[in-house]
Amino acid sequence: MKLHGVTRTLLLSLLYIAVLAVLGQTLIPFIGPYYTQVLIFIGINITLAVSLNLILGFAGQFSIGHAGFMALGGYTSAAISFYFLGPLLAQLGTGGMIGAVGEPAALAVALLSGGIAASVAGLLVGIPTLRLRGDYLAIATLGMGEIIRVVILNTDFVGGARGFTDIPRWTTFTWVFLVAGLCVLVVRNLIASTMGRALIAVREDEDAAAAMGINTTRYKVFAFVLGAFFAGVAGGLQAHYLQYLHTNSFTFLRSIEIVVFVILGGGGSITGSVIAASVLTILPEALRCAESWRMVIYSALLVVMMLTRPQGLMGGREFQWSWLIPTWRKK
Amino acid sequence: MAQFVQQLVNGLSLGAIYALIALGYTMVYGILRLINFAHGDVYMVGAFVGYYLGRMLNAGSSSSSPSVLNFFLVLGGSMAACALLGFILERAAYRPLRRAPRLNALITAIGISLLLENLGQLIFGADPKDFPTLVERTSYSIGIVVFSNIQIIVIGTSIVLMLGLQYIVHRTKMGTAMRAVSFSHDASGLMGINIHRVISFTFVLGSALAAAAGILVGIYNPKIDPLMGIMPGLKAFVAAVLGGIGNVPGAIVGGLIMGVAETLTVGYLSSTYRDAITFVILVAVLLFRPTGLFGTTARAKV
Repeated sequence: MKLHGVTRTLLLSLLYIAVLAVLGQTLIPFIGPYYTQVLIFIGINITLAVSLNLILGFAGQFSIGHAGFMALGGYTSAAISFYFLGPLLAQLGTGGMIGAVGEPAALAVALLSGGIAASVAGLLVGIPTLRLRGDYLAIATLGMGEIIRVVILNTDFVGGARGFTDIPRWTTFTWVFLVAGLCVLVVRNLIASTMGRALIAVREDEDAAAAMGINTTRYKVFAFVLGAFFAGVAGGLQAHYLQYLHTNSFTFLRSIEIVVFVILGGGGSITGSVIAASVLTILPEALRCAESWRMVIYSALLVVMMLTRPQGLMGGREFQWSWLIPTWRKK
Repeated sequence: MAQFVQQLVNGLSLGAIYALIALGYTMVYGILRLINFAHGDVYMVGAFVGYYLGRMLNAGSSSSSPSVLNFFLVLGGSMAACALLGFILERAAYRPLRRAPRLNALITAIGISLLLENLGQLIFGADPKDFPTLVERTSYSIGIVVFSNIQIIVIGTSIVLMLGLQYIVHRTKMGTAMRAVSFSHDASGLMGINIHRVISFTFVLGSALAAAAGILVGIYNPKIDPLMGIMPGLKAFVAAVLGGIGNVPGAIVGGLIMGVAETLTVGYLSSTYRDAITFVILVAVLLFRPTGLFGTTARAKV
C-alpha cells in the first residue's frame, strides 16, 4: 500500500512521536545525564539551524542576529515560568492529574510565549531592516541582536548582569526532539507550498520575483518571523534545561555558530542543517582534548568550505527515502 | 560644561582610533563591495605585534626609559607586519572569490575573522596583556579640562596618517587607479589597470592603518587581548556606514562621531550602554539615510 500526502505525513509524525516517547522512557535513563545533555543540545541546535535555514538558505536573507531572538525567547519563557507558572504549579500541588500533566503543560505555555515574544521582535525588526539587502541586512540584524542582548543585560527582574537563575527544569529529551521535529516539518511543508516557491524566487532574484507580482517584503518578513519563533522556542528549551541564563551565551558568536551550521550543511537543505548541527555538536564533545582548537577548526573549515564547496555539504538537496533502497533494486 | 568638554576631548581621541579602522573598511568596501569582517582582527594583530616589539625594544634599550623613538619604531614595524598580513589575506581568501556571489565572500570574511581571533587566543593567550609603556604619560590642564600627551599623540598621529592617505588617494597614480577601480572594475581593467594589484594595495593600506590604530589604542588604553578587535571593528564599520561607506572623509567624520557618542553615553547614561549606542546609531542611519552622511545614491540597474 502506498500512502500519500496528509495521511503519510500524519502517520510518520505519529510514528516519530511514539519513537520519541519510547526512547525517552528507555534510552534516556539508560545512557545517563552526560549523553542526554549532548542529545538535548543536538536537538536545540537542529531547531536553530533549520529555522535559520528558512531565513538564510531558502529566503536568501543573510541574518546574523539569530542568537538575539533565541535570547529573547529564552528570557521570556524563563520569566513566565519563574514568576507565574512555577508558583502556580506549586500551589496546585503534585497530586493526581496536575502532577501528571502540569509540567509538560507549563513548559508548552512557556515555550509558546517565548516563541511569540521572539516572533513579535522578528516582526518589529524585520519590517524596517528587510528593506536592506545583502551585507547591509547582515550588519543590521547583527546590530539588532546586540541591542536585544544589551537591553536584557540591563533588565533587572530577569537577573541583568548576574544572570537568571533557578529556572524550573522542565525540558526533556522528548520535548526537545518534538520541537525539532515540528520545526523540520513546518519548514519542509512551507517550502513545498506556494509560499515556499515565492521565498525561493526571492532568493534567486528579488527584482525578478517582484516583477512577477510577488510581494517580496511580505514573504521575507514572514520567513523572518517564523524563523524567529523557532529560535525563541529553542531559547526557551535551553533555559528550562540549563536552569540558568546569561546574556554571554547569546552573543554575536552564537549567531555565527548557527550560521556555520547552515552554511556547512548547505543553504536550502534541511537535511544538511540537521546533519551539520548534529555533527558539529558532537564533534567538540569528541574532541574535548583539543578544546582550544575547536573554534580554530570551525573557522578554518568555514573558509575552506567557502573556497572549495560554497554550496555546502548537501548543496540544496534533501534526504529521500529512496536513498535507503539499495541501488541495484531501483529500476 | 567642563565635564562636557572633557568628554568631548576623550571622545575625539577614541574617535580618531575608530576613524583609522573605519578607513580600511570604507576603502575595501568602496573597491570590492565587501564588508571585510576580519579588519577588526587585523587591528588586534597590530596591537599584539606592537606589544612584542615594544617589549623587545624596552628590554634592549640600556636606559630602559621609554622614548618617542621607540614609539615610532613600534608603529612602523607593526604597520609593516599588518600590511603583509592584509596582503596575504587578500591573496589567499578573497581573490579566489572575486567572481563568486557576494554572500560567499562575506561568509569567508567572517570565517577569517574567527580564525584570527581563535589563533590569537592560542598563540598570544586568552588573558589580557599590559601594553608596554612607550611614552610616559603626563597630563596637562587648561582650566578644568585635563588632557594627556598620549591623547595629543593619538590625535596627531591619526591626522598625519589621514593626510597621508588623502595624498595617496588623490595625488598618486595608484590612488587614481584605486578610485577608477572603485568606479568600475571592468572599465578600469579595459583601460589597462591591473585590478588585482590595486585591490592588493587597498588591503595593504587599510591593514597598515588598522595596525596604527592598534598601537594607538595600546598606548592609550593599555590592556590588549585577542578579542579586542570585535567591538572596535564593528564600531568602525558603523562609523564607515555613518559617513557613507566608500567615502574616505566620511569615514573620518563617522569615526569621530562614534567616539564622541560613546564617551557621552558612558559619561551621562551608563557604561553598560556603550556598545548599544553604536547599534542604535547604525539602525537609525540604515533606516533614515542608508547612504550615510556623505554618501551619494547609486542607481541600481536591473
